Amino acid sequence: MKTLRTILSFAIVGALFVSCSNDDDAPAPVNEEELITTMIITLSPQGGGTVVTLQSEDLDGDGPGAPEIDISGPLDASTTYTGTIQLLNKTENPAEDITLEVQAEDEEHQFFYEVTGAITDVTYTDQDGNGNPVGLSFELTTGAAGAATLQATLRHEPKKPNDGTLADAGGETDISQPFNITVQ
Amino acid sequence: MKLKIVCFILLLSPLMIFAQECNYDLKGRVVDFHDKTPLAEASVFISQIGRSTVTDEQGNFEFMGLCKGTYQVQASHSECQTLFLEVEISGDTFKEILLEHHRLELEEVQVIGSTLLSKTNTAQEAFLQREQLERFSGGSLGDALKSIAGVSSLNTGANIVKPAIHGLNGSRVLIFNDGVRMQDMEWGDEHAPNVDVNSANSVTVIKGAGALKYGGDAIGGVILLEQMNVPVKDSLYGSTLLTGMLNGRGGSATTELNRVFHNGYYVKGQGSFRRLGDREAPDYVLSNTGIRETGLSLQAGLKKFEWGWDVRYAFYNAEIAILRASHIGNVDDLIRSINSGEPEIIRPFTYDLQNPRQEVTHHLGKARFYKRFRGLGRWNVQYDYQNNRRFEYDVRRGERDDTPSIDLELQTHTLTSDFTLDAKENYELQFGLLGRYQDNFANPATGVRRLIPDYEKYDLGAFVTGEYRIGNSWTLEAGARYDFNRIDAQKFYRVSRWEERGYESDFADLIVEDLGTQYLTNPVFDYHNISASAGAAYSSDNGYNMRFNYALSQRAPNPSELFSDGLHHSAARIELGDLRIRKETSHKFSLTSGKTFKNWGYTVEPYANFIQDFILLEPTGVEFTLRGAFPVWGFRQTDARLLGVDLSAFLIPAEHWRTDHAFSLVKGLDTENDIPLINIPSAQFKNQITFVQPEWHDFEIALESQYVFRQNEVPENIVVFSPEQQQEVVLEINTPPEAYHLLNLSSSMSFPVGGRTALTGSLAVNNLLDNSFRDYLNRQRFFADDLGRNIVLQLKLTY
Repeated sequence: MKTLRTILSFAIVGALFVSCSNDDDAPAPVNEEELITTMIITLSPQGGGTVVTLQSEDLDGDGPGAPEIDISGPLDASTTYTGTIQLLNKTENPAEDITLEVQAEDEEHQFFYEVTGAITDVTYTDQDGNGNPVGLSFELTTGAAGAATLQATLRHEPKKPNDGTLADAGGETDISQPFNITVQ
Repeated sequence: MKLKIVCFILLLSPLMIFAQECNYDLKGRVVDFHDKTPLAEASVFISQIGRSTVTDEQGNFEFMGLCKGTYQVQASHSECQTLFLEVEISGDTFKEILLEHHRLELEEVQVIGSTLLSKTNTAQEAFLQREQLERFSGGSLGDALKSIAGVSSLNTGANIVKPAIHGLNGSRVLIFNDGVRMQDMEWGDEHAPNVDVNSANSVTVIKGAGALKYGGDAIGGVILLEQMNVPVKDSLYGSTLLTGMLNGRGGSATTELNRVFHNGYYVKGQGSFRRLGDREAPDYVLSNTGIRETGLSLQAGLKKFEWGWDVRYAFYNAEIAILRASHIGNVDDLIRSINSGEPEIIRPFTYDLQNPRQEVTHHLGKARFYKRFRGLGRWNVQYDYQNNRRFEYDVRRGERDDTPSIDLELQTHTLTSDFTLDAKENYELQFGLLGRYQDNFANPATGVRRLIPDYEKYDLGAFVTGEYRIGNSWTLEAGARYDFNRIDAQKFYRVSRWEERGYESDFADLIVEDLGTQYLTNPVFDYHNISASAGAAYSSDNGYNMRFNYALSQRAPNPSELFSDGLHHSAARIELGDLRIRKETSHKFSLTSGKTFKNWGYTVEPYANFIQDFILLEPTGVEFTLRGAFPVWGFRQTDARLLGVDLSAFLIPAEHWRTDHAFSLVKGLDTENDIPLINIPSAQFKNQITFVQPEWHDFEIALESQYVFRQNEVPENIVVFSPEQQQEVVLEINTPPEAYHLLNLSSSMSFPVGGRTALTGSLAVNNLLDNSFRDYLNRQRFFADDLGRNIVLQLKLTY
């Protein structure tokens, strides 16, 4: 009967576990480290003029809210712009600059800029350690006045080097945002 | 349990012994322990005097002319456990002693070769014996189960195999590991059962909810992994099994040792290890598909005639790499993968397990005690504790590859007790109680929003089942069960999600804290579930068997269905649970009809499962993020109908030859909307021819043909906006792959090594023709072909 006692004490311990609820400690909110809420493309005309910013912001990340697009103004026709891109996580306070992470891992990342219409060309002006483009800085050239689109895509672990197209690069998409821009 | 006869040997024996005289009689009677029916032809032996006798038709026996003193009496019966007892003679003595029947000792052991088994009397069942499981020693439980007609699997690659019974998986399939219901986050599509296939001696599958003892929510069915019953005799035995396989360039080793003492104590230890590198499709390496798996179990107990106990500890750890090409960024990446027809990332073979990967660890501890009451029945009580830890690692940015994206710890305590009244010959009653407490902890250190929140869950259950035998041919069975479930969660909702779901009007009182952009909420939901089962079984002397069963079962929604909230990279989809999800109710009718003739036999098993408020996950729309567009998969409820049939037959055309044939078909329909259900297995046709020659060292060779039809009944594809293409495109997420045909060859031979030691060698070739194929129920079918040819060599040493 010693065994029976052992088993019964097991059972009682089990019953205690069953009946004693955990203290209802509130869980800690998760700090979303990798989230990119905001992308800002800054276009500065070479030789002076109005700086144009293209911003896409989605503060709820994977939540239901769609990104909000803010374009500061039209681009000038037949102008070359120096472009830079900045990525932020605004759910942190102060906002975290994700650009730095991309910079630190530039061999595993690449921005792609696909253009149509009145934007004629985008060329990379930066390189990673292997001499391949990254796309944190670039030059953008406009043609005659008209409508244009700029699609900015950030790929993680793309094939590098690649032929500059998304199809050839592969990898996973971290950012994909089109902008409709007026060139005048 | 059907024709269980429990023996009792009752020695009723007045024996008179006077001081120095030897003229006392010992008289007795041998009867069944439970129902006290007399047992004829039991032998009774007294060792001191070297005399034995055999009982008559009434179970009576007698010894005459015994002296005063103590005698060692041995009583045995062909169907019973031998019993030794001491009888003191100081006069004409009347002594009652109790023995146990073999059938009860081995109550869970099934009869080999039978297609009709007895976990329940009337539900559809099938089982796998040790030898059949060993063929899958280098694989997983799900691989082994798929050899049963009506059982399929939802795969994520070749290593994550989630069993599905009659088209249903996950929370609708209960898995019991040696009497313990596995609590291993079975609600996830890419979560395989956390058990080592090598740790089980046999596996029984109950198709449907007919076995209420195990739970009321088994809308799909129950899978029972069982341990070998210990023969109560002094013995030491074990086995070692080595498996090597070419596809994956690795293998597994498993070994076990049993020690049984004559007084009923036993210990058992088992361990296994499996390691595979990248698997290979016929045309390319499936990069990052290796696995490392470790299983260990230790068991000890005491098995006595009237009472006993056992304790068991089981450990399972698996690190599983997930196809690199299946980890994608957004809907455009998915479209690209589907269109390319080849994985985007193909690297040279490696054993490395890189991200994405998952690591799961399961600890299971249980203690069980049983006692039999003379002329009444048997009482069981069991406590078990389980700890399940899951890490999922994604391809991440910024040195975070070693930080899991999912980190969950699920702890479960369960206490169960049941009593079986089996003293009467023609009926048996069983009733039992269950209490369970579960705690899920989602670690916030992941830096990724919790997909599943912290929660506590409480379950209480009570059941009663009964069976009644009419003559030798008919058995009736019925039962009822009540379960109470409470789930108490603490979940953060983004304010935007909370409003999008429309929760602010229905669930405003759940909000505990407003953190600006998110709410902390405390949903507490109670569910009351009723389940019931009734059935009849008929068997005739000419080999015909019939079983009919109706089962009502209800299942409360699982945490994933209620709370899921986040982005799944592996499927490029946002998965959303719904707080409004109610329990689902299933009515399943099943019939088994079979007959065994001299040279052939057949079984026909049709079934119909009508499910009210069936919970399913399917695409509902698209959401845009900075990353691009993602299809949203939401849980919804509808009325569903599953109709299916499993057919099997065998034929012995000539000596040494045997053929086996099996066909399975299931059709799933959303009856509210008249559209096919998603993820319903394709029809399948299996044929096997076997040649056996025992004289050539048990030589056996078999060729199996497996034809899997195309699943033509699928929901429609969805249309999504592709930011890359700047237009609406059809996402062929529901397009089924083509039909395929595989040939598998297997052969084996056995050699005695000396004494009880034997060596068995076997060689198998799976996908003999190296065919390229994709399976509808493999979640990686969008990215890569399935496994190519695999050559598997096994060596087994028994001792």
